[in-house]
Amino acid sequence: MRVDLTVNGATHALEVEPRMSLLDCLRERLLLTGAHAGCEHGVCGACTVLLDGAPVRSCLMFAVQADGYDITTIEGLAPGPGELSPIQDAFCEAHGMQCGYCTPAMVLTAHALLVNNPAPTRAQIVDAVSANLCRCTGYAQIVEAIALAADRIRGLNQPERGR
Amino acid sequence: MKPAPFEYARPSDLGEACAMLAAGDDARLIAGGQSLVPLMAMRLARPKRLIDIARISELAFVRQEHECVVIGATTRQCVLECEGIVRTAVPLLAKVMPFIGHAAIRSRGTIGGSLANADPVAEIALVAVTLGATLLYRNGRVNAEIAASDFFVGPMMTALPTTACLTAVRFPVWRDARIGVGFQEVSARGGDFALAAAAAQVALDEDGICRRVALGVGAAARPLRLDAAGSALEGTHAEEAHVREVVHTALADIEPLSDLHASAEYRRRAAISLAVRAIADAYRAAAGTHAR
Repeated sequence: MRVDLTVNGATHALEVEPRMSLLDCLRERLLLTGAHAGCEHGVCGACTVLLDGAPVRSCLMFAVQADGYDITTIEGLAPGPGELSPIQDAFCEAHGMQCGYCTPAMVLTAHALLVNNPAPTRAQIVDAVSANLCRCTGYAQIVEAIALAADRIRGLNQPERGR
Repeated sequence: MKPAPFEYARPSDLGEACAMLAAGDDARLIAGGQSLVPLMAMRLARPKRLIDIARISELAFVRQEHECVVIGATTRQCVLECEGIVRTAVPLLAKVMPFIGHAAIRSRGTIGGSLANADPVAEIALVAVTLGATLLYRNGRVNAEIAASDFFVGPMMTALPTTACLTAVRFPVWRDARIGVGFQEVSARGGDFALAAAAAQVALDEDGICRRVALGVGAAARPLRLDAAGSALEGTHAEEAHVREVVHTALADIEPLSDLHASAEYRRRAAISLAVRAIADAYRAAAGTHAR
């Protein structure tokens, strides 16, 4: 079945089996392997991507359902090659990761949170990332990283090196 | 965790969707897919054909009609979460929205999908039963409706004919001046399905006496509305000891679910405590609406 997917600003015409999840399509057909396959039934959140800016589980959507949406994966978040988005940068600085498996989805979840709510409370950050399982960090530095990114994006705490 | 093969169809309107369903062929409707796709991934569901109604615009709406709020079946949960009419006219529904899965689930999940999949402790189903909502569906060319309390039959089982498409849900609006709502649930992790849940809506008169009380619990094979308990609390100030006694009596005979996560007895005890708290929250919220 033919489907046209718009991913990170580029449109791809693909022939897929209806049962292929958006996740598998992104990974296997478009080689965008930043969306990770964890539980593949909507629980772990490792496959989170943005659909018109809103976080969704790409394992709970079939690729054939995803035409016409603006899909953003972790590969589409950085402003340019070799650069990091402020949230990615904050994850590095606060060391908001260990094994990294949940990280792309965490960053996208944080991105969607901060777009809608530039000044989240700690409770709101915790609520947002509770949708994504992390079995390494205990979440503390992930929450710190998102709070740091929020601060920076609001311009309250610019990094010393500036831009 | 890969679904079995199926055909995919995307009808352009409700009539076409119903015609496809009526053709049989082991077809199932899909909208947000947040309940159905996990079942397909685990191969507990193996439809031969998926009929995608997510983009049928006549099924996605929120509108006020007479003394009711009517919500189209494919209205997404994230839309209801921020919908002003829901907040003011069906506050109990607004109250439970954040408890449904996580934001990433609510951005695809629909109100009709949650109802049609009938998880026994799903929040929307509990609110529909507690408030006495009516579910509207189309079967072939015939429009019909059914009370929420008759709709849910058991876990993942409803009275909806297999060839029917749920089209909307009608919630009654309470016009009382002082209304409060309460919702309580216990689950292993935030966003998980609840082990037990309770929802309450209370209307008070000027003196703080309960004029109307709607109470429902999720713990058994389907959501239960506790009419006797609600009536017993009308005309009272809903003092905690009295509420506890009334709820205890109401839940003495229910048959809670039992599985490796929680025993039936645990679910009963939890449901009692949650119902008492939900009533207390609703009463407090209603009392707070008094012009001071």
